[in-house]
Amino acid sequence: MNERISALREQFEKRLAAIQSLQELEEIRVSFLGKKGLVTEALKGMGALSDEMKRTLGKETNELKSMITVALGEKLEAIRQLEEQRQIDQMPDFDVSLPPAVEAGSYHPITLVQRQCEQVFRSMGFTVEDYSEVVTDWECFESLNIPKFHPARDMQDTYYLENGQLLKTQTSAAQNAIYLKYRDALVKDGVPIKAIFPGRCFRNEATDACHENTFFQMEGVMVDRNISISNLIYFMKTMLSEVFRKDIRVRLRPGFFPFVEPGFELDISCLICGGSGCASCKHSGWLELCPCGMIHPEVLRMGGIDPEEYTGFAFGLGLTRLAMMKYGVADIRDLNSGSLVRLSQFVDDVQV
Amino acid sequence: MLISMNWIKEFVDLRDYDNEALLSLIHRFSLSAAEVENEIALKGSDVRGVVVAEILSVDAHPNSKKLHLLKVDCGEAAPVDVVCGAPNVRVGMKTAFAKVGARLGEIDIAPRELAGCLSYGMCCSEKELGLSEDHSGIMDLDPVLPNGTDLKSVFAIDDIVFEVDNKSLTNRPDLWGHYGIAREFAALAGRPLLPLPEADLTAYEHLPKVDLDIEDPLCQRYSCLTVEHITRNVSPLNMRIRLFYCGMRAINLLADLTNYLMLEMGQPMHAFDSRRVEKIRIRRFDRPFTFQTLDGVERAIDENTLMICNGDKPVAIAGIMGGLDSEIVEDTTSLTLESATFDAASVRKSTVRLSHRTDSSARYEKSLDPEMTTHAIGRFLYLLQGIDSGVQVTSALTDQYPFHYPQVELTFTKAYVDRYTGIRLTDEDIVRPLKALGFGVQQDGDRFTVQVPSWRATKDVTIKADIIEEITRIYGYDNFAVNTTLSPLYPVRPAPEKTIEDKLKDLLVQRFRLHETHTYIWQYADELKRLGLPVEENVKLQGAVNPGIETLRRSIVQTQLCLLKPNAGYAADFGLFEIGRVVKGLKADGLCDEHKHLAITLMSRTADHRTLYFRLRDLLCALTQDIKHADPEFVPTAPAHAWEHPKNLCAIRLGGVELGTLGLLHPSVLAKVDKKASVVFAELDVPAFADIPASPIDYRVPSKYPGMEQDLTVISDRYAPIAEAVAQVNSPLVTGVQVVSIFNDLSGQSISVRISFAHPDRTLTGEEVQQVMDEIVAVLGEKGIRMKG
Repeated sequence: MNERISALREQFEKRLAAIQSLQELEEIRVSFLGKKGLVTEALKGMGALSDEMKRTLGKETNELKSMITVALGEKLEAIRQLEEQRQIDQMPDFDVSLPPAVEAGSYHPITLVQRQCEQVFRSMGFTVEDYSEVVTDWECFESLNIPKFHPARDMQDTYYLENGQLLKTQTSAAQNAIYLKYRDALVKDGVPIKAIFPGRCFRNEATDACHENTFFQMEGVMVDRNISISNLIYFMKTMLSEVFRKDIRVRLRPGFFPFVEPGFELDISCLICGGSGCASCKHSGWLELCPCGMIHPEVLRMGGIDPEEYTGFAFGLGLTRLAMMKYGVADIRDLNSGSLVRLSQFVDDVQV
Repeated sequence: MLISMNWIKEFVDLRDYDNEALLSLIHRFSLSAAEVENEIALKGSDVRGVVVAEILSVDAHPNSKKLHLLKVDCGEAAPVDVVCGAPNVRVGMKTAFAKVGARLGEIDIAPRELAGCLSYGMCCSEKELGLSEDHSGIMDLDPVLPNGTDLKSVFAIDDIVFEVDNKSLTNRPDLWGHYGIAREFAALAGRPLLPLPEADLTAYEHLPKVDLDIEDPLCQRYSCLTVEHITRNVSPLNMRIRLFYCGMRAINLLADLTNYLMLEMGQPMHAFDSRRVEKIRIRRFDRPFTFQTLDGVERAIDENTLMICNGDKPVAIAGIMGGLDSEIVEDTTSLTLESATFDAASVRKSTVRLSHRTDSSARYEKSLDPEMTTHAIGRFLYLLQGIDSGVQVTSALTDQYPFHYPQVELTFTKAYVDRYTGIRLTDEDIVRPLKALGFGVQQDGDRFTVQVPSWRATKDVTIKADIIEEITRIYGYDNFAVNTTLSPLYPVRPAPEKTIEDKLKDLLVQRFRLHETHTYIWQYADELKRLGLPVEENVKLQGAVNPGIETLRRSIVQTQLCLLKPNAGYAADFGLFEIGRVVKGLKADGLCDEHKHLAITLMSRTADHRTLYFRLRDLLCALTQDIKHADPEFVPTAPAHAWEHPKNLCAIRLGGVELGTLGLLHPSVLAKVDKKASVVFAELDVPAFADIPASPIDYRVPSKYPGMEQDLTVISDRYAPIAEAVAQVNSPLVTGVQVVSIFNDLSGQSISVRISFAHPDRTLTGEEVQQVMDEIVAVLGEKGIRMKG
């Protein structure tokens, strides 16, 4: 082997062994393989050599070049790996035990329970209706078979407005409008009326932890030929079991509401103790949950529906009460407080 | 209303029922008739070992002036030593005596030292036995009672008393007395209802009638009778116990008897001093006056209030309360007994006007059965004669009965019952409960005809559906078979507004992390004052019981602003929203102009006014882009509310429809909330937004050929002219415009934009791009807008 070549090789290997950075690597590459690098320099003065020697020298030079190239490549990879390892070593392992810092919005708890109820009723073919908060005496009382000076008006203290209208005391105030809206489809096409109408209601009373002047109800009606008390019990039991996602026993007691006949107070088996008796059901095993009944013939008639042909049931769920039961809200005033410390906790509540 | 089971048992034979069976029957009553409150009192269960005892001797106590040393005979072999502090002790008196080993409430009676002397038992007051509030002295019993007699064998101390929720009796005038309740128990137990013993009033037909004239149709029936020679003043103990257990205080025999009758039959009665009511007239007056009722209160009577009068002089407010002047007094020897029925609505209206409800008016409001009046007088006399045998009736029963409820007869078929109930009831299931409740029933095949008894026919049972209730409640709802409906199925599409409302809430919560809150529909007067804001003129509420509630709100933002300061500690940055109602005065038809709004308020102590303003503007754009696939326009507008910023306030428009406003809080209000914070708000009409049709999604295939970008720097304080110029040139090659930077120097504000170009089918040429750029610059030039540099 040509001495110069072998000297160069030795020199390269020595320098290569000493380098530690990519920059040094590049310097070596340029100093050996660059246009004016040592290898090119080594070929200078080759013209004086014999053809045989030229060939030998050329071959040896090329071998040297490729050796250097491969070695540089290997060194490059080694340095890259070292660098990567250094980066990994320098990277700390993060403390995932730190508390989460997710910023989330929140729904009002009424929205959550309302949606859950709507989902159940929609699955059974009910439409969801909306209605105004300011209503007339006709909507809230007269069309519900509660004439003026009827003692039933005592059952609810009403906010009257100076123009003679009032803030609706019950979601039932929408009943008449809903009958009129859907009566043609019922009578002409035989489409049963199945509607729920959630809404905000108002009672003129002093507020405390258990009483609010502003609260939410959800009324529901179903009207068709041959709707019976037996159907009412079935629907209430089924729907409440769906709403609470567990098997609920229901119990009817007579209750007086002028817009239903017969009218009932519906009790459910206590959600806490299941019926064996506990503090939350006052040891009765039952919770009074919602008034319901067979729609009064007069109410149907005022809604343009012939009570001899059609019957129906109606019920009123207290959404506010439901939300309080579901989320353990003890003070009803929290719901209208607008206090984010309280309300921001209700991020979402997907029912599966 | 409190109900005594002993009283019920007078009318239904339940002697074979032990306490457990009675409690179970009360439970069935609660499920079938009217709600019974949870707490049921077993009266007398805490009283044991109390007997009749005679005081043999009374000696002074050596160490006490108040106490006495007694020897009493309580029926045992030897007299017993007792120390007693009652002021009314005397030798020979018979009293209630709790022997050693007896129990009174929580106390076990044991030998006990009182001021140095041993006492082997205790003489008892009525209060100590739980029989009344009377604690003035020990009981003074009938001397004929043998010593050692268990007090419970003589007096009805043991009783079960339960409370029926009055609200559940609203439609049941017949259940406002024990006899009506007893009828329900009889039906539930399947036993006959015993008759109510009455005096035979025909015996007095020969006596003169009372001078009576009903001059007003609001009086439906008026019956009266006069009675003399009443010698007793105190009611028998058993009657007083019963009244006390039912929540009434004993007063004197006559007052107690009228109360007793009211609790028994539900018929309010009134006893006048006969000297004060010689000519009974029932009428209203033409003009208002004041009248002193027997509770001593002067009450304003107007021309709508029905009065009982002696000639022209009012003596009682019909159905509500008697007057002080005609009340029974010490020297009353002759009384006139009133038993009447008045128009229910009239009594109710009067109680509302007078703000005065009584046990009597509560019953009249429910529409009492006029058939009761004469029976109540017969019953009253029967009881009075039983207590005071010397009384003399001095008039014939005088009765005017101008208003009769129609006899209600209802006909229905078995098929009707089957359809309404959804179960198969037998004929017996239908007939038996009706008969037990006093209905007349005739059956002809599948057809039933029922006559409604008078006590249910005043308004309670008037239609067939009412009969269904009677049948099913006695049958028992727990016994119902439960069936689904057979109704046909149809698809249900949610209302568009509802869908969009839900979507808005989802976007605001999930994407923008806002918090949904509810505020009241009225303006927060106190909080507004603290913010230096006026209560805005609007429709008012009448007679709200809560202070500070008077005027409905016109804007949800207004109520939201009141939540900012209380929530300042929650976070440095937060946003609220609410979908709720506002009222904007009255419409032309006089009804409230109600709107459903979405209101959003953002507050920040980290973002400046401009940043926060744009945060909300972009949020609104995101809502419209997401739901309507379009951008809204923001048009500067003038403030309509005191909290709105005079300058940075915009109307929000979409598709030519004005939806609401976006604005910055007025500095004066902001100063009251938090000087260092920024607050922006927006409020828009939800149905108006929902009604705007959504643009279809316009899918465009991106060009395969390389695009170009050109920058343009324009001297302008507004971006709008640039957008307008690009739109006016309307080149199909322009694919987008982006603001690169905004800067200010001596020549004013400049805006640099980068315009993107692409050709769908080929590579762009520099010339065509330049041509579009030139056109844009020319249009801007026409608007008087120059380029920078």
